[in-house]
Amino acid sequence: MTDTTSPATTVVCAVERIVRESGVAALVEGRAVAVFRTHDDEIYALDNYDPFSHASVLSRGIVGTRTVEDVEVPFVASPMYKQAFDLRTGQCLDDADVRVASYAVDVRDGVIHVGAPREPR
Amino acid sequence: MPPRKRLVIVGHGMVAHRFVQSAIDRGLTQTHDIVVVGEERRAAYDRVGLTTFFEVGADALSLLPTGEYDDPRVRLLLGAEVTAIDRDARTVTFPEGELDYDELVLATGSVPFVPPIPGRELDNVFVYRTIEDLEAIREAARAGARVGAVIGGGLLGLEAANALAQLGLETHVVEMAPRLMAVQVDDVGGTTLTRHVERLGLRVHTGAMTQAVLSEEGRVTGLALQDADDVPADLVVFSAGIRPRDALARAAGLEVAERGGVLVDEQCRTSDPHVWAIGECAAPAGVMYGLVAPGYTMADVVVETIGGGERSFTGADMSTKLKLMGVDVASFGDAFATTEGALELVYSDAVTGVYKKLVITDDGQRLLGGILVGDASAYGVLRPMVASGAPLPENPEELILPASRGGSSAGASSLPDEAQICSCNDVSKGDILSHLAREEEPCDSAACVTRCTAAGSTCGSCKPVVKRLVEDYFASTGREVDRSLCEHFAMTRQELYDVVAVHGHTAFEQVLQAHGRGRGCDVCKPAVASILASQLNHHVLDEAHRTLQDTNDAYLANIQKNGTYSVMPRIAGGEVTPEKLIVLGEVARDFGLYTKITGGQRVDLLGARLEQLPAIWRRLVDAGFESGHAYGKSLRTVKSCVGSTWCRYGVQDSTSLAIMLEERYRGLRSPHKIKAGVSGCARECAEARGKDFGVIATEKGWNLYVGGNGGATPAHAQLLAQDLDTATLVRYIDRYLMYYVRTADRLQRTSTWVESLDGGLDRVREVVVDDALGLGTELEAAMERHVDTYFDEWAATLEDPDKLARFVSFVNAPDVPDPHVSFGSTRGQAEPAMPDGPVQLGATIPVGGPR
Ligand code: SRM
Ligand SMILES: Cc1cc2nc3c(=O)[nH]c(=O)nc-3n(C[C@H](O)[C@H](O)[C@H](O)COP(=O)(O)OP(=O)(O)OC[C@H]3O[C@@H](n4cnc5c(N)ncnc54)[C@H](O)[C@@H]3O)c2cc1C
Ligand code: SF4
Ligand code: FES
Repeated sequence: MTDTTSPATTVVCAVERIVRESGVAALVEGRAVAVFRTHDDEIYALDNYDPFSHASVLSRGIVGTRTVEDVEVPFVASPMYKQAFDLRTGQCLDDADVRVASYAVDVRDGVIHVGAPREPR
Repeated sequence: MPPRKRLVIVGHGMVAHRFVQSAIDRGLTQTHDIVVVGEERRAAYDRVGLTTFFEVGADALSLLPTGEYDDPRVRLLLGAEVTAIDRDARTVTFPEGELDYDELVLATGSVPFVPPIPGRELDNVFVYRTIEDLEAIREAARAGARVGAVIGGGLLGLEAANALAQLGLETHVVEMAPRLMAVQVDDVGGTTLTRHVERLGLRVHTGAMTQAVLSEEGRVTGLALQDADDVPADLVVFSAGIRPRDALARAAGLEVAERGGVLVDEQCRTSDPHVWAIGECAAPAGVMYGLVAPGYTMADVVVETIGGGERSFTGADMSTKLKLMGVDVASFGDAFATTEGALELVYSDAVTGVYKKLVITDDGQRLLGGILVGDASAYGVLRPMVASGAPLPENPEELILPASRGGSSAGASSLPDEAQICSCNDVSKGDILSHLAREEEPCDSAACVTRCTAAGSTCGSCKPVVKRLVEDYFASTGREVDRSLCEHFAMTRQELYDVVAVHGHTAFEQVLQAHGRGRGCDVCKPAVASILASQLNHHVLDEAHRTLQDTNDAYLANIQKNGTYSVMPRIAGGEVTPEKLIVLGEVARDFGLYTKITGGQRVDLLGARLEQLPAIWRRLVDAGFESGHAYGKSLRTVKSCVGSTWCRYGVQDSTSLAIMLEERYRGLRSPHKIKAGVSGCARECAEARGKDFGVIATEKGWNLYVGGNGGATPAHAQLLAQDLDTATLVRYIDRYLMYYVRTADRLQRTSTWVESLDGGLDRVREVVVDDALGLGTELEAAMERHVDTYFDEWAATLEDPDKLARFVSFVNAPDVPDPHVSFGSTRGQAEPAMPDGPVQLGATIPVGGPR
């Protein structure tokens, strides 16, 4: 998930620190960011803030997959009221109008770095 | 017109009777006079139903109640034993005379085998074959016999034992083989069966060789067993197998099979072309069949052959299904997996006493056979599946999952149209489909199919299959109902539970690989975690299960609306010392927690940040507190009143009992939360009748109520047992809770669970109080294990750096609090500050389970 336009600079932790199919919260330039590791070791970062419950909790949600238009989308379910968010984009899968910010991620020497929020595509 | 011929039948048992009926139906009596010579003084009767004799009497068993056939060309000579056959002269001899024959049919059946052991000739030693045998046994029981022993634990031995028990005798079954019904079922099936039999009060001795019938002064006193204690008995029944009655044929020089029985060819013709043998006395291709259905086929074959038709007997399906003392047992096809490469698929539920095994080909494509004990409802689908070689469905285990869970009838769709679905009324799958598909007023429900075809109207055992066929048909026409758990598992939660049990999975990954697709989600992960938790016993935060847990379990605390957590230590029975109360106050003060007395008689400390939880719990654990499991589906509280210690009305010490019960059941993971209450008298200040189990003190002891709750759908607990002493009370609660934990649905409170049981509260009483399943001690032992292995999840977490590592605000800044969390204050305490106004919860309140 390297995004060359905005270099990821904040060190989060070693990949190994995150149990597969779960997330951790990280502090990135004063913002709470949820960083996830999937079963195939992809690393994603979203805003930790759940816009439905107004609480900073997404990193504590259950990680899984949901099939959307025949594509298996990796997602996290908010621990509060269970809305699902696409880990790749931050798009809410239950409400087309809701999206949380997603962040640039870079893994170097087994260490995760998170950069600035990415522009929604 | 050719001269009429005479056909003589020796024996008037079930098969001879079928022969005569068939001969009349197929017109054989137009060319032949038939004379039946039977040794028993009564006409043929239903030997298969012999055991019902004590209930219904001889008349009801008779197959020929009028004593004669409608057709005058059939003559019946009863009470006449044929003693010789002269094949050259073509005559048979019996004491009262002699008869010529053109064709002779032997239908002499078999006799019980009585092994040559000392004492077998004594009075009060019986066999179990004829109505006279049963009359004699009944006489002996009336004359004062108290204890009966049956030698032989096969199909017939168990019938005999059942009869003795019905007569009020204490009954022992002595079986040489290591298990009951050794011919039909395997070891586990035998064990399951033994349990059912013992639960009916019979004593089973397997692997026990009888050496002698013991006696004193000519009176039977018991059995001497090899390498085991004597079995006391004053009445003995031999049921150690049967031997074909082939003596008459032997004496007449007819060929007999090596292992006994009159040897016959595929037309059931003996070595003499004018002599035929059918039923249990016959051995087609050297094999003797101890069942009635093959005998009926043989009878039909001989009628057709003598009538000039072509039909042959080429062996019979030895599949058996019987209801033995109310217990279903079925064995069919290659039940012992003797086919090369055969695989076995097993479902076993000790609580309900169900054991089911499927034997399938190594490629998993076809069913070869199986064994069903305790629930043989699937037999109707499975047996035709073996016979027709129909391909197995993709998840063959569905075929043996309990019928109540929609499983056992799952294979119905793969059955060929000619498969017989209802055996009582001979209705095939094709018949049912044609009613569903017909142009005019097609059947629109299973009930309608039953009305139109009679399928399901008699014994009812085919009903699940009929229902399934109807559902499948509707599904194929677009009326589909999706019962999947989620997109990752195309089964219900209950089916998944059984699949995990059948395969013995221990991790989500295995379950997903074997039965799911994708990577799982927030629905199936906690569901599987809870299934695994009830089948294994582990810390919910162990690595393999951690990521499956819902957020409350994942942090051993309840999440609050602003992302903080509540801390709720156990306060058993609501009793707390001033010192401990002070500690709670100090902790709340030091960490700035909002403090409230809960509806469950304890203190809730709210507003703890994730990273504060370990420090808070360190203080609490050091002060002697432990987890209150407010976050888990487990025991919550046992509410108490002050009781006889203080209250002027109290008749028992309700507080002590409540504390004892709460400490006993704390930490028990269950389908839903469990709440309890104990009141010191009938004034009921502890609201015990609003709890999953409630105890109310009486002058003589305790009344136990079960199945109550408050919440969204309040229900009053109902009286289960009265005036119990404390030990009995605890035993009953142990059984009740374990029974619930093992058999309820996820998120099903006890009230709906009790309702869902077949028999409702009466069923609970049968199992818990009467111990009808014989599982009392097992359930108690399971609870004892829980009590012994209980540990405080919070204390254990504090000792484990791996688990503690997760309780940080930010992985890269563990000491920085999350800036999103802020507090205001009301009435002098903390309150979550909600920057963006109230939360939209939507129209639904997520309460309870699937029903
Ligand atoms: C704290 C407390 C309210 C209070 O301030 O008094 C409470 C709080 C919650 N209750 Fe309750 N219930 C509390 C007593 C009750 C009671 C009264 C009682 O236990 O005597 C009831 C009705 C009695 C009953 O359950 O039969 C009750 C019926 C429910 C229900 C509805 C259950 C039902 O079967 O319909 C839920 C929802 C659920 O469990 O699915 C629920 C769920 C909840 C949850 C766990 C909701 C959630 O998932 O966040 C609340 C969070 C607790 C927390 O954060 O610590 N709570 N709740 C009480 C804690 C009692 C305790 O000491 O453990
Ligand atoms: C308790 C019990 C339970 C059973 N349960 C089942 C079951 O669940 N399912 C199942 O398939 N089968 C069952 N059976 C077996 C079934 O009853 C027999 O397979 C069936 O009765 C055989 O019929 P038959 O006509 O060959 O023999 P029988 O019914 O034994 O009839 C033979 C008759 O011939 C008479 N006879 C013999 N020799 C002579 C002679 N020389 N002259 C004149 N008459 C003679 C005998 O007195 C007898 O009346 C059970 C049997 C018993 C005893
Ligand atoms: S239930 Fe009875 S004993 Fe308990 S407090 Fe109320 S009145 Fe007193
Ligand atoms: S098998 Fe259909 S009613 Fe008995």
